Amino acid sequence: MNVPARTLDVSGLAPGAFGHRTLLWWGTLGLMVIEGMAFALAIAAYFYIRLRNTTWPPNLPPPLLLWGTVNTLVLLVSVVPNELTKRAAERIDLRAVRLWLLVCLAFGVVFNVVRVFEFMSLNCAWNTNAYGSIVWMLLGLHTVHIVTDLVDTAVLTVLMFTGPIEEKRFVDVAENAMYWYFVVLTWLPIYGVIYWAPRLT
Amino acid sequence: MSLLDQEPADSGDEKVVPPLDPARTLPASLDVSAEKLEAVWAEKPGLFGWLSVVNHRDIGRRYIVTAFVFFFMAGLLALVMRIQLARPDNHFLGPDAYNQIFTMHGTVMMFLFAVPVMEAFGVYVVPLMVGARNIAFPRLNAFSYWMFLFGGIFVFVMFALNSGPDVGWFAYPPLSGPAYTPGKRADVWAQLITFTELAGLAVSVEIIVTVFKLRAPGMSLNRIPLFVWAQTITAFMVLLAMPAVMLASTALILDRLVGTHFFNPAEGGDPLLWQHLFWFFGHPEVYIIFIPATGIVSTIVSTFSRRPAFGYLALVLALVSTAFIGFGLWVHHMFATGLPQMGESFFTAASIMIAIPSGLQFFCWIATMWGGRVVLKLPMLWVLGFFIVFLVGGLTGVMLAAVPLDLQVHDTFFVVAHFHYVLIGGALFPLFGAVYYWFPKITGRMLGERLGQWNFWLFTLGFNLTFFPMHILGLEGMPRRVYTYQAETGWGDLNYLSTIGAGVLGVSVLVFLVNVIVSLRAGVLAGDNPWGAGTLEWATTSPPPNCNFVYPPTVAGVNPLWENPPDQPVVVGLRDDVRDVLVTYVLDAEPDHRTEFPEPTIWPFCTALATSALFIGSIFTPWAVVIGAVPLFVGLTGWFWPKEAGETGTQAWPIQHRTLPKPGEAPAGGPV
Amino acid sequence: MHAASVLQSVLAPAGPQAAHIARLWWLMFWVATAVFVIVSAFVVGAIVWKRTEPRRDDVLRVAVTLGVAATVVTLFVLLVASVWTGRAVASLGASSTVTIELTGHQWWWEAVYDDGTPSQRFRTANELHIPVGRPVVLKVTSHDVIHSFWVPNLHGKRDLIPGYTTAIWLQADTPGIYRGQCAEFCGLQHARMALYVTAESNDAFERWRMNQRREAVQPTTDNARLGRDVFLRSTCTQCHTIRGTIAGGAMGPDLTHLATRGTIAAGTLPNTRGHLAGWILDSQSAKPGNQMPPNSLPAGDLQLLLTYLETLK
Ligand code: HEA
Ligand code: HEA
Ligand code: HEC
Ligand code: CUA
Ligand SMILES: [Cu+2]
Repeated sequence: MNVPARTLDVSGLAPGAFGHRTLLWWGTLGLMVIEGMAFALAIAAYFYIRLRNTTWPPNLPPPLLLWGTVNTLVLLVSVVPNELTKRAAERIDLRAVRLWLLVCLAFGVVFNVVRVFEFMSLNCAWNTNAYGSIVWMLLGLHTVHIVTDLVDTAVLTVLMFTGPIEEKRFVDVAENAMYWYFVVLTWLPIYGVIYWAPRLT
Repeated sequence: MSLLDQEPADSGDEKVVPPLDPARTLPASLDVSAEKLEAVWAEKPGLFGWLSVVNHRDIGRRYIVTAFVFFFMAGLLALVMRIQLARPDNHFLGPDAYNQIFTMHGTVMMFLFAVPVMEAFGVYVVPLMVGARNIAFPRLNAFSYWMFLFGGIFVFVMFALNSGPDVGWFAYPPLSGPAYTPGKRADVWAQLITFTELAGLAVSVEIIVTVFKLRAPGMSLNRIPLFVWAQTITAFMVLLAMPAVMLASTALILDRLVGTHFFNPAEGGDPLLWQHLFWFFGHPEVYIIFIPATGIVSTIVSTFSRRPAFGYLALVLALVSTAFIGFGLWVHHMFATGLPQMGESFFTAASIMIAIPSGLQFFCWIATMWGGRVVLKLPMLWVLGFFIVFLVGGLTGVMLAAVPLDLQVHDTFFVVAHFHYVLIGGALFPLFGAVYYWFPKITGRMLGERLGQWNFWLFTLGFNLTFFPMHILGLEGMPRRVYTYQAETGWGDLNYLSTIGAGVLGVSVLVFLVNVIVSLRAGVLAGDNPWGAGTLEWATTSPPPNCNFVYPPTVAGVNPLWENPPDQPVVVGLRDDVRDVLVTYVLDAEPDHRTEFPEPTIWPFCTALATSALFIGSIFTPWAVVIGAVPLFVGLTGWFWPKEAGETGTQAWPIQHRTLPKPGEAPAGGPV
Repeated sequence: MHAASVLQSVLAPAGPQAAHIARLWWLMFWVATAVFVIVSAFVVGAIVWKRTEPRRDDVLRVAVTLGVAATVVTLFVLLVASVWTGRAVASLGASSTVTIELTGHQWWWEAVYDDGTPSQRFRTANELHIPVGRPVVLKVTSHDVIHSFWVPNLHGKRDLIPGYTTAIWLQADTPGIYRGQCAEFCGLQHARMALYVTAESNDAFERWRMNQRREAVQPTTDNARLGRDVFLRSTCTQCHTIRGTIAGGAMGPDLTHLATRGTIAAGTLPNTRGHLAGWILDSQSAKPGNQMPPNSLPAGDLQLLLTYLETLK
């Protein structure tokens, strides 16, 4: 081989990293931008449709506050095990990761179950009218995310118990935690729009 | 300023920066074996291997070829359309066939050709230009290609079954809604959007991460090649624009399939909601097509003017501002809906304003040519064509931005003329330039000069013959999307001319095709850098080896091959027994850590199959989403499930991260 | 007849609004031509003018700056011209005495001439008459999908959107018959959804309007009477209205004064006995996909029916 004159030796660099130094972090951020945009546009569509209707919700009672609020609290609390999972992953502490992943998983199951009650307390179906369509769309979009995150977490949990485990997998766990934050964060405006916007008219 | 510019001071850390001695050979541990690297980065053999490909060159090449096939098909549809329009009251096509054909033409050109082909060049060229060994997320890249391919096959199969979409490429409801387009045609359209958007979004994320994290050491933000800037800015536009159309097409499918009322005015919905969402995407979409093309133009102008592009910063800022303003123009497609006047003036002003960054780019390119010495090779010829043709399209764009005038020519052949001038002038001309420019890199052979000249001149002639008369037709009142017109309208002659022009275009494209085929077998051998260009893709062989660069390069300027000092260092120390890749920092591209890239795998293909089944099934029954989720889950899990532990335990991991020392500085190591 | 006087061009304005827009067009055209010539000259110059010394960057910088400045100024002028034209076009008063409610259907136009007195309102289709020199207001909406009203010689277009009613003013200064055409893709027969606007003197207009307000003329001949009976016996009544008879359908165009119209089926065919016959028997061959089914009438009945329809002045 034609040996170059000057070299930059990178063999001493770590074979991996956490956080914003990794490719995965940026990839996840890209995903969050896409989905954040979708949520923002869905909310914009909600208010657009509202402009086109004289009463809001059109001849319906606003959705029941109970289950949505319960779920908001559950989601907010889930941030704690989520953060602990992330920290454990960054320490490469397999035992702690396993434990906290299980806790997160439990939270995931809970708010997916509560979500069913939320759908039932909307007071309308998706095909009742345009109001029904857009609130189902908003809630549905978010549900897709919490279901995905649940499945994601489940797969990771299984992996963490069965292996093969390498350090790289802890990066996945940490990124999963970041995504969870995103799902919680986006819920807040959606919660506001679905449950409070109809009440503030 | 990067360390790489200077002789580094002796850092005392052998591992990070070994002392540089021109005469010295690498220590055995750092030398790489090109054969070993080739083997490590090789794809698997056979059909199975073909389906498992994950390297950006193979995928990029497939992407380009597939997109061009779609271009040929959509072009042939255009010829059929032109035959129908050649004479008044023609009976060559009925309204049903015509409506399917123009919708297929527009949809395929936009969603399966123009946007993907630009991304495809990004997939091929960007990693090479930034000196990386592969694109970020190679498996996602493979998945993206398969989704794109399956989406395209799906729509053409449906078209062959007489279920092709027939509601126009922007599918306005209520016409596209359940009441007025029964059957599956509009669903096919909406689902095609989902396919292509998924593919496009995936590529955009890959490009952004590649550019952010895989640049060659030394390639700080101000040294990123203009083509790479263009691709990156486009990728951001995709991330922000495509969700709008995905949301809209999902809502449309729901309206059609499960009876939601998003666009149904009788139940509180609104057809204009669609138009806002669609054009919030649709306008940026045209810049998603145009901005990468400007990247091509900057590259070619610089190479063939034999100097760096004039006004690097101005060109980058022009792109950024175009992208930015591009999100504020969508309403100019909706002037005829009767908006309040205030709003109209705002969107007129914004639409007119976007001509300023375009003008700035134009002037910088012209200045580059004046400041250098232009060599009129084929790629440059196409760029010249671009200047003249796109200029006409841009100017008619400014006319359309004026509300009163737009109210007259909106939805007429004047608009058809405008957008073919900007799309073909602004994207296809540069694209042909790109093909002539990078063909040697991709295949190792030059495209033929004689046929190339025929290709160019026939195309330019045919193009203007086809589309210039359409301006006049529009002013004479010919609406677009009419399958025929009556003789007394007097539109016959110009249409006839236009059809002849389309024939010439067809011949030109045929010449191009012949040229490609002939050159593939018998073209002149190209060598590494036939144009004497300055960017990194020319720093490796043509075609590049499996690992792109045996020694990943480092750079000291925008055009490293022109500006690097002769003893510019190369990167060593990456393992040659696994797919080891150097990750760098976002801003200054200093080395950060290494990471292992995935091996070839069939899973993206399987996952794409499962996703396609789900998408296609869902236009027939919503249950397909539930049932289809199972194979999709299997596919994704198979994809992510590690085969075996990779590089692990060789270091205490996470290792302390090493910052490269600034000149004269001791190496600093901070915690993660 | 019609064909000779048909005009459908942006550049042959017959009213103040179209005239303003045509002026804006010519301004744009000449500015664009100038920009095109100048910019192309620089492009070509860069190639053909072989220089020994490449130009210095500071010279180029000045040139680019000047170019951008010129662009900004030019664009500003165009913006002002555009906004000014927009104002001028909109300034046509709302002081109109003729109000037309125009509704789009797949693929024909329904027009109701409004009036303060409800009994003076009347409905017609596919053909508008307007008085020269007086502003006319059109209140437009759609029955099904989006259509777009566009008569280029008079004004720009306006979309007809279901769920929305918007108003657009226009005025003709030159008498004549102007052709318009639906300008928003609306399905199969978007191509055959034309509309004729007859701009005539105030007197002629008022005569026309008086006549349109009336119920259909009673048939005076036997054949016409028999034809009317054929009409009333057939399915026609489900879809068409002839005021003064029991036919009150609303699916299709109002036929009360069919014989006054120059064309049938939204400009598809001249309104002659032959075409009318062909249309009634098989409207699908002239305008495939349109919403009127074929009718199999015995030849005798058909002739009677045609005789009757021709009396509907
Ligand atoms: C590559 C794609 C592309 C590009 C780059 C553009 C560029 C522009 N377009 Fe175009 N446009 C389309 C693709 C594109 N368009 C498509 C596909 C449609 C139709 C969609 C459909 O309905 O199917 C459309 C439709 C469209 C409309 C709606 C028309 C209608 O439906 O009624 C409008 C209205 O404002 C418009 C405006 C513009 C403007 C102002 C620009 C500007 O960006 C142009 C700026 C460039 C220049 C002006 C030239 C360079 C400048 C100089 C050399 C400086 C000197 C210039 C001056 C002083 C003027 N476009
Ligand atoms: C990048 C985008 C793009 C491109 C490149 C083109 C290219 C062409 N377009 Fe397209 N066009 C659109 C985008 C594009 N178009 C869009 C978005 C619409 C709007 C649709 C809508 O209203 O919904 C439209 C609409 C449109 C219309 C208006 C239809 C109508 O409103 O009724 C017409 C009419 O002439 C037309 C013509 C052409 C022609 C002649 C070409 C030519 O340049 C094509 C040249 C190419 C060929 C002629 C191919 C020949 C191929 C071979 C010879 C190879 C042989 C093949 C094999 C061996 C496999 N186009
Ligand atoms: C199912 C509904 C339907 C029936 C039944 C029907 N028509 Fe029609 N008719 C239409 C529609 C809709 C149109 C407009 C078609 C178009 O232009 O697209 C039309 C158009 C016409 C026109 C042209 C009107 C104009 O102003 O352009 C005539 C004349 C006509 N019909 C006569 C008849 C006669 C006579 C019969 C009975 C023998 C009949 N129609 C039965 C629906 C119907
Ligand atoms: Cu009605 Cu087009
Ligand atoms: Cu636009």
